[in-house]
Amino acid sequence: MTTMIDPPKAAGFHISQLLYDTRYRSMTIQVIVFLLVMGLGAYLLNNTIINLAAADKDIDFGFLGNRAGYDINQLLIPYSSDSTHWRATIVGLLNTLLVAFLGCILATIIGVVAGVLRLSKNWLTAKIMSFYVESFRNIPVLLWILAFFAVLSEMDRKPRSFRGEDAVNNMWLWDSVAVTNRGTYIPAPIWGDGSALVVITFLLSLLGIWAYGKWSHRRFEATGQILPNFWYKLGIFIVPSLAVFFLLGRPIALSIPEIKGFNFSGGLHIRNSLLALWLALSFYTGSFIAEIVRSGILAISKGQTEAAAALGLRPSRTMNLVILPQALRIIIPPLISQYLNLTKNSSLALAVGYMDLRSTLGGTTLNTTGRELECMLLMMMVYLAVSLTISTFMNVYNNSVKLKER
Amino acid sequence: MKNSKSVAFVREGMIDQQPAPASQIGAVRWLKDNLFSSVLNSILTIISLLVIFWVLSGIVPWMFGGVWNASSLSECRDILNERYGNTHYACWAVLTERWQQLLFGFYPAEEIWRAVVAFVLMLVAIAPVLFESVPRKLLWVTIAFPFLMVWLVWGGPIWGPLLVALGFVLFYVSYVVLERKSSTLLALIGSLVIGLVWWMFCVGPLSEALGSALPIGDLERVESRVLGGFMICVIIGLSGIALSLPIGLILALGRQSNLWVVKAICVGFIEFIRGVPLITLLFTASLLLNYFLPPGTAFDLTLRVIIMVTLFSSAYMAEVIRGGLAALPKGQYEAADALGLDYWQSQRLIIMPQALKISIPGIVNTFIGLFKDTTLVMFIGIFDMLGLSNAIRANSAWNGINWELYIFIGLVFWICCFSMSQYSQWLERKLRTGHH
Amino acid sequence: MNKTAFVSALAAAGLVATGAMAQSSGSATLAAVQEHGAVKCGVNTGTPGFAAPDADGVWKGFDIDFCRAVAAAVFGDPEKVEYTPLTSATRFTALSSGEIDLLARNTTWTFSRDVDLKLDFVGVNYYDGQGFMVPKDLGVSSAKELEGATVCIETGTTTELNLADFFRINELDYEPVPVESFTEAQNQFLAGACDVYTTDASALAAARSAFETPGDYVVLPEIISKEPLGPLVRHGDSEWADIVRWSFNAMVAAEELGVTSANAAEMAENGTNSPEINRLLGREGELGAMLGLPNDFALNIITKVGNYGESFEANIGESTTIGLARGLNAQWTDGGLIYSPPFR
Repeated sequence: MTTMIDPPKAAGFHISQLLYDTRYRSMTIQVIVFLLVMGLGAYLLNNTIINLAAADKDIDFGFLGNRAGYDINQLLIPYSSDSTHWRATIVGLLNTLLVAFLGCILATIIGVVAGVLRLSKNWLTAKIMSFYVESFRNIPVLLWILAFFAVLSEMDRKPRSFRGEDAVNNMWLWDSVAVTNRGTYIPAPIWGDGSALVVITFLLSLLGIWAYGKWSHRRFEATGQILPNFWYKLGIFIVPSLAVFFLLGRPIALSIPEIKGFNFSGGLHIRNSLLALWLALSFYTGSFIAEIVRSGILAISKGQTEAAAALGLRPSRTMNLVILPQALRIIIPPLISQYLNLTKNSSLALAVGYMDLRSTLGGTTLNTTGRELECMLLMMMVYLAVSLTISTFMNVYNNSVKLKER
Repeated sequence: MKNSKSVAFVREGMIDQQPAPASQIGAVRWLKDNLFSSVLNSILTIISLLVIFWVLSGIVPWMFGGVWNASSLSECRDILNERYGNTHYACWAVLTERWQQLLFGFYPAEEIWRAVVAFVLMLVAIAPVLFESVPRKLLWVTIAFPFLMVWLVWGGPIWGPLLVALGFVLFYVSYVVLERKSSTLLALIGSLVIGLVWWMFCVGPLSEALGSALPIGDLERVESRVLGGFMICVIIGLSGIALSLPIGLILALGRQSNLWVVKAICVGFIEFIRGVPLITLLFTASLLLNYFLPPGTAFDLTLRVIIMVTLFSSAYMAEVIRGGLAALPKGQYEAADALGLDYWQSQRLIIMPQALKISIPGIVNTFIGLFKDTTLVMFIGIFDMLGLSNAIRANSAWNGINWELYIFIGLVFWICCFSMSQYSQWLERKLRTGHH
Repeated sequence: MNKTAFVSALAAAGLVATGAMAQSSGSATLAAVQEHGAVKCGVNTGTPGFAAPDADGVWKGFDIDFCRAVAAAVFGDPEKVEYTPLTSATRFTALSSGEIDLLARNTTWTFSRDVDLKLDFVGVNYYDGQGFMVPKDLGVSSAKELEGATVCIETGTTTELNLADFFRINELDYEPVPVESFTEAQNQFLAGACDVYTTDASALAAARSAFETPGDYVVLPEIISKEPLGPLVRHGDSEWADIVRWSFNAMVAAEELGVTSANAAEMAENGTNSPEINRLLGREGELGAMLGLPNDFALNIITKVGNYGESFEANIGESTTIGLARGLNAQWTDGGLIYSPPFR
């Protein structure tokens, strides 16, 4: 009777088995799907080739080596209009990464603060935070970017108004910070000879603080003696670096911005385009993070809070030691996708003239060379690579904090 | 302490009920509990009050002192100067003059009723999907709506949309007939071929012939170039989400499939789309899509954008539905298998009805995201509300006006998105209690 | 993914079939235009005087008039135009992909655009040059004094490259502030976010005219580049290019010959003793037929749109708020560069 269950092997192979026999059917479907997808791909490719030939164009990335011919205002690496399109692309990519990095940090801070405050017992504060979250979440980010930019550039603080004896506007913080409608100028360090040594000392003292913390914790566990942690750490933080700094004759100086000609010169110029994009993206994404944080905290059962209270922990310690560590595990996965969204939304930089990857490679380069196919392909690939890299790193981190189930 | 040495005091009667102390009732109690329960809280309250005062004192006079009737910014400023002696007030007159443009773009003024009717129909069509208490018969409106909308918005004889709809009927009927004769898969492929043949080769000539023979319901044609403003956001968002639902469904199933080729293709597609910004896809729509199509076909930009937006949201939709599928207890899959249902039957009868129900809040959230993202079409020269605000400012009469337009646009989006997100939260709560 | 494509193709097919939006462009553009019933014309998204929609969504401007002229030549009806607003980034692709038949969007005629991008410029309808505008109280009288200035500039245009070259040659430092559109550039400039606004001198004048206090701003004397702006069509359809080119020439020739929208009809009716006017207006010869158009195509342009000078005066001339002088754009007989080959 086994022949009833197993198809007879000797009976040969029928074409219909490909469809009706479960052993072969999945293979059949996969082959069909594969062929269809390949066919579609080939069809699109063929169309592209025909269309390009009709327009007398080709696919050639050689233009990336040509002179770019345009200037970019915000540079993280040296670049001039004599540099190549490829270098302009890298400049743009770095600018994209810069605003994404800064945005992720600020959005996290804003989101956590707003999320926690929204659960505050203070009715007024909770309501203000709800208002913030609901208004930012429900209005397009592009509108926020434009609005922030309009606020910054319509401030009545032109650089010109800082000039002269009876200037209309003044610099802040002992004449070191200038907030103008073209951007904010802050002091920038000038690295003299020997400044590397100061930086190394500083990094070493950070290591020292960490080591001291470990040691004092172990000592506390062993003897129960509590050392005045904060003051010791502060000492390690400041003293060695300062000592080296003065011993070497103050190698690091500050460049203070001052008004010269049309604009401020010296110092670090944070342009309004960057500021507006950064703030808008941070506040927008922050409102989503606030919701994630809030629901993460709410997801921790009330018993945890009560147990902590029963142990006699103060509310602030309950939050830091009991609730947040547990909530973190719920918070991180959606947080990753918010970081990705922020990075992708940074491509709206073009609305405020921030020279990111979209504006260099996908903007001026595309326009001056007319190589839209190559530029768009390259740009998509770069964005894809950035997204995949971020999600890979964050997933690794997520796995490291995940509850280890045994 | 007078009585301490004499007879101990003994109360003889009950004291009447006393009102609670003033600090424990009403507004005072509420204030104490909610605003000044601790030092930190009091500080927070004061800071909050200061923030509110600072914001309101700036905005309220500006908003309510505004001018509603003027024909240009300079006229508006003259009125303000006359009235207050300065111009620190809003110029709402730009909205009085241009609100129709912001909502409907350059849609011909005498045809705007069609857009309004389509919008109302849309609300009617969506209602039975969103609320279970709405009569089920309204679902027929939902089914008819896409075709009615195309007819109302773009005009032309009614035959085109009608014949396309007929194609779906044909598709369904041939599927039912074929399924009786052969397997599900073959029936699906067969009916798909029949449907495609009908749509590609029969609809065009037939609708032309019928249109000239029986010109019924011949609305004036409106080109999609003139669509704009809020209307184009709704059209793109709605068609994007509706068309992406079936694609997202297939992608989600494909991603969960055991067939690795299918799975790899679906994962690749989803991750690619989710990895690039929407704006690059929109630029692809405006710059590149024509390269990929056979020479000689030139789609309208709006249609190209709808195609790209559909592909974009289908990847997100797939992830939402996958979440719904994953949230179903494993027992449901096993029970379906135990009943002897095949893959498609178990999906259709057991899995999908439950998974889709769980996914509705996620779908609504995807829609909110997509709806907000439709503002990006401004970058490829489609006049959505933000694009129109630029065009309005290009006019010398309104050169330099910002906030009034931004506030209007923001408010429109906020009303739409906030009500949708409230709905999705309400549904989430309802679904959650449903499980207990 | 095959299903993705299937369903999207299906959706596309459905919408196409409704005839809602799709059209196909044949190889002979004229045939396609005639079949479609309108000229598809790519224009700027909004430059006062050159192309901007008014409150009713009616497009008006100098470039718009050119689109109308072509429609008048082809159909005898200047209203048979479909305007596609294009950003500087999307304009050329729209033309090469066949989305539009004709691009009239103040586009500079350059070697690489003509040759490398495979486009055909049919003429120059406005001789422009890149200039600088500054607030008067900046106290600057020459572009050479702009050391360290902040300059607002539209991205994706030739002006961006000219600017880089100018400051490089003169060894000046500057800070470019790229902005996305003409409107945004004005907003930035007015708010003082940049010291200088640079673009074509005509657009500077248009912008300045729209300011609340135009007198507070001056356009610097330096013109740092040649910007011959002109309408353009795709490579490969010379017949269509001829139609567009001679529609433009008809407007120019009409002004030179003194034919205006007011007297053209009468001249065509009664004839004149100038053979060229007679040929232009279709009384003599078969010029229109040679183009595949009605013989009175130029008459239609002139009566329904006007000659070059009329269009100039109505949209950007000295009597309008834009207030541009003819300058280089005067007829060659008046010392300008506007010159039409003979109608013969």
